[in-house]
Amino acid sequence: MSQNSIAKPALLSNKPKPLSQGKEALNVFCRNPSAVLGFILLSSIILISIFGPLIMGVDPFEIIGPPMEPPGSEFALLGTDYLGRDILTGLIYGGRATLLVGIVAAILSVVIGIFIGALAGYYGGTIDEILMRITEFFQVLPSLLFAMVLVTLFSPTIWIISVAIGIVSWTNTARLTRGEFIRLKRLDYVLAERVIGARSSRIIWKVILPNAIAPLIVSATLAIGTAILFEAGLSFLGLGDPNMMSWGLMIGNSRPYILIAWWAVTLPGIAIFLTVLAVSLIGDGLNDAFNPRLRERV
Amino acid sequence: MILQTHLAQEPLLNVKNLTVAFKGRQGAAPVLNDISFVVYAGETLCLVGESGCGKSMTALAIMRLIPEPGEITQGSIELSGQNLAQFSINDVRKIRGNKISMIFQEPMTALNPVYTVGDQISEPLRLHQGLTKSEARTRTIEILKSVEIPVPEQRIDEFPHQLSGGMRQRVMIAMAMACNPDVLIADEPTTALDVTVQAQIFDLLREQQQRGTAIILITHDMGAVSEMSDRVVVMYGGRVVEEGLTTEILDKPAHPYTQGLIACLPELDPNPTFDRPDLPEIPGVVPSVWERGESCPFADRCDRVMAKCREAFPPSFQTGLTQKVACWLFEGQV
Amino acid sequence: MSVKEKVMVNFIIKRLTYAILLLLAVITLNFLLIHIAPGDPVETIAGSMGGMSEALRDQLRVQFGLDQPFIVQLGIYLKNIMMGDFGTSYFFNAPVTELIFERVPATLLLVIVSVLLAFIVGTSLGALAARKPNGLLSQIVTTLSIVGYSAPVFWTGIVLIILFASVFPIFPVSDMRSAGMSHGGIAGVIDVLHHLVLPAFTLAFVYVAQYSRLSRASMIEALSADYIRTARAKGLSEFIVLYKHALRNAVLPVITVLGLQFGNVLAGAILVETVFNWPGLGRLAFDSVLRRDYPTMLGILFFASFLVIIMNQLTDVAYRIIDPRIK
Repeated sequence: MSQNSIAKPALLSNKPKPLSQGKEALNVFCRNPSAVLGFILLSSIILISIFGPLIMGVDPFEIIGPPMEPPGSEFALLGTDYLGRDILTGLIYGGRATLLVGIVAAILSVVIGIFIGALAGYYGGTIDEILMRITEFFQVLPSLLFAMVLVTLFSPTIWIISVAIGIVSWTNTARLTRGEFIRLKRLDYVLAERVIGARSSRIIWKVILPNAIAPLIVSATLAIGTAILFEAGLSFLGLGDPNMMSWGLMIGNSRPYILIAWWAVTLPGIAIFLTVLAVSLIGDGLNDAFNPRLRERV
Repeated sequence: MILQTHLAQEPLLNVKNLTVAFKGRQGAAPVLNDISFVVYAGETLCLVGESGCGKSMTALAIMRLIPEPGEITQGSIELSGQNLAQFSINDVRKIRGNKISMIFQEPMTALNPVYTVGDQISEPLRLHQGLTKSEARTRTIEILKSVEIPVPEQRIDEFPHQLSGGMRQRVMIAMAMACNPDVLIADEPTTALDVTVQAQIFDLLREQQQRGTAIILITHDMGAVSEMSDRVVVMYGGRVVEEGLTTEILDKPAHPYTQGLIACLPELDPNPTFDRPDLPEIPGVVPSVWERGESCPFADRCDRVMAKCREAFPPSFQTGLTQKVACWLFEGQV
Repeated sequence: MSVKEKVMVNFIIKRLTYAILLLLAVITLNFLLIHIAPGDPVETIAGSMGGMSEALRDQLRVQFGLDQPFIVQLGIYLKNIMMGDFGTSYFFNAPVTELIFERVPATLLLVIVSVLLAFIVGTSLGALAARKPNGLLSQIVTTLSIVGYSAPVFWTGIVLIILFASVFPIFPVSDMRSAGMSHGGIAGVIDVLHHLVLPAFTLAFVYVAQYSRLSRASMIEALSADYIRTARAKGLSEFIVLYKHALRNAVLPVITVLGLQFGNVLAGAILVETVFNWPGLGRLAFDSVLRRDYPTMLGILFFASFLVIIMNQLTDVAYRIIDPRIK
């Protein structure tokens, strides 16, 4: 990629020491306004979701006033739903389920994806064939339907839901990882490791993976967003954990009343939107941070 | 032949005081600085210089293909008397591929991979000459024959990835010559090709010249210069430093840079020994666009530099029948 | 047959076999899961009927083949599928195939219209935005794409319902047809289309966002290629350079993504159908999952996988048509 242009003979002692790739990326990230916004937004949501319930200590399913009060009423700042439950409390408590499922499911899908993709990309041949067939199988499997089946068959707790989402979402990461490994395993430093007799497991996990990590981090961030949307969809359909308040559940419950109590469905939706937005902005920021040349070209 | 013709003719292409600048955050950087040269009908002119001297940019300027944020800030480009620099973009498009054509360095990427070779050659035919689809097809097959592509009736429906590098460059030449342009600009057409193919391409270019097309050959290969060109224009740091008949320049290079270029050419020694002198090189590097001012851009690398050289760029002094040099060393030698 | 044709036929046969095997694998997996899971369909039915005699339960079990060992059940099921028999719904007591085919047209209509809309609008927007990478349209495209991705599809649908039910009542907000409207003729078609607007727009919105962003990036990349410079050097108009030379190259990644994501489109369709009460497979899928109506569930899973596979093949073919470099 570097051209044979004539370099300026700069005085070596004057040049600033090049930062590691990670620190460099962090710098670029911090200078990107929308990425920083996303970070602040997500942090706020996480903080509210963790500390809000701790501070408030109430039951979001509790009825606190007359049903379908609009926002700004004396009973509830953001109104009540069709049963009389407080919307604001629901919003504060609802984040836990959403974020928990989102993160656990994303971690699961990324771990599975990296594992399968790395092995397929590194070993190639038959192993690659088999793993790719498995990947295709999971790709063809209708994700929402299958998750619905899993959740109804095995009782809808937070953990089952996370596992279900994780199981159907790993294929993108797997493909990405495989592509990176195929590209990187040809490079000289990998060859050097093999020449000195390093074990394959060391090469895969300690040599290639750290270099492939950049696009994978971006992919993992997006996986969180997808998982959150997935959880919201399942809760909306009524297949979520009925004991935990979640934003999707709020929307789904109030669906028959959307024309009378629009706030009960709109506000939780905004919460989901803002969370996924924050995650996306961070993901985009990371993408730009790791691939500066794409930005400059544009 | 050439000498008499030149002294008698009006030039076909007349570039006068052309300046192309790129506007950046640090100001405007002149990539081409007050360039002037002429091209006569039917001749081959070589633009020589190392990377960064502006020869490709000159070609792009003539075609009005300068990439953003560059623009022509001064000067004119006259083709048969009309100033291309002031044409509207629509009028420029009528000239491109029609009166002036260009072929580029990398035939691998210069052709669109998703369209057939025939489709891409037919495009200028149908656009500029208004041929119908079948007329264009017949003509394309003829053109493919003229660039010595075997089995043209078959090749015409093939895609670029099915052709070798040399063949792709022939297709580029075919595309460029399709409408019988007055000028063909060839920007390092053989650099990306094998040596054996290079010779073929040069032969092909010479043949095209028989049809009366003038060729501007951009190259850094002095060998190609001696073989192909009638006249030479030597560029450095965005300026024209020397020009003249090839025979004159190669015989008695005047500008220190030209001398350096020619001295760099390795010579075949009939009595080789182990004790050979090192290949001479010109020390230093080309100044970046931001560092060029009004001074001679070669000043820092010149072994005969004078104080005057850093103050202003010299005008061209005539030092031979057709040879002109832009160097203060020749002041007062007219 | 010439050699080339033989190669083609072999290729198609290989593909077909592979697709069938994939489908069978999907079914087997789900069959397996259903049998591992706790819960007994007969009990569910008994529950919904408010009680059932032991004799009747046994009779149902035999009827549904639930007393046989798993492998036998699987074998019988697969054999039946080969003959097009997907069993009978526990709930409706009607052939699953009948239930599915009743609802397939509605879902197909929604999905195909949405995807086409998203593809055409998204690609065009992105291509237009690419001409000025830092211009206003580019900013809009980038912002739109993030919004489209972040907003849950069912929420967008609900917001649209609220808007169009109360504020601008120009589109119907639920069902596929108006009550009392005839099913045939021009009036019927127009009625369906009228109802299609909001659901299709909701589903398409997510993907317009994605495709326009991808198309913009892809177009910017294509426009910086050497062959674009060659095209301009031939004197071609900017219109031809953009829409003949650049676009054909730029559209390839969008098509790839379209194929890869079709499973997501179906998932979105389920949610949209639920929100707008659109009478398609989505509704049926949801209900049958809740009711543990296994034959129907399996049938829908099969059909959905089938659709995804077909879509993958179609996009693959489209890719090969557009890009002659693929062998």
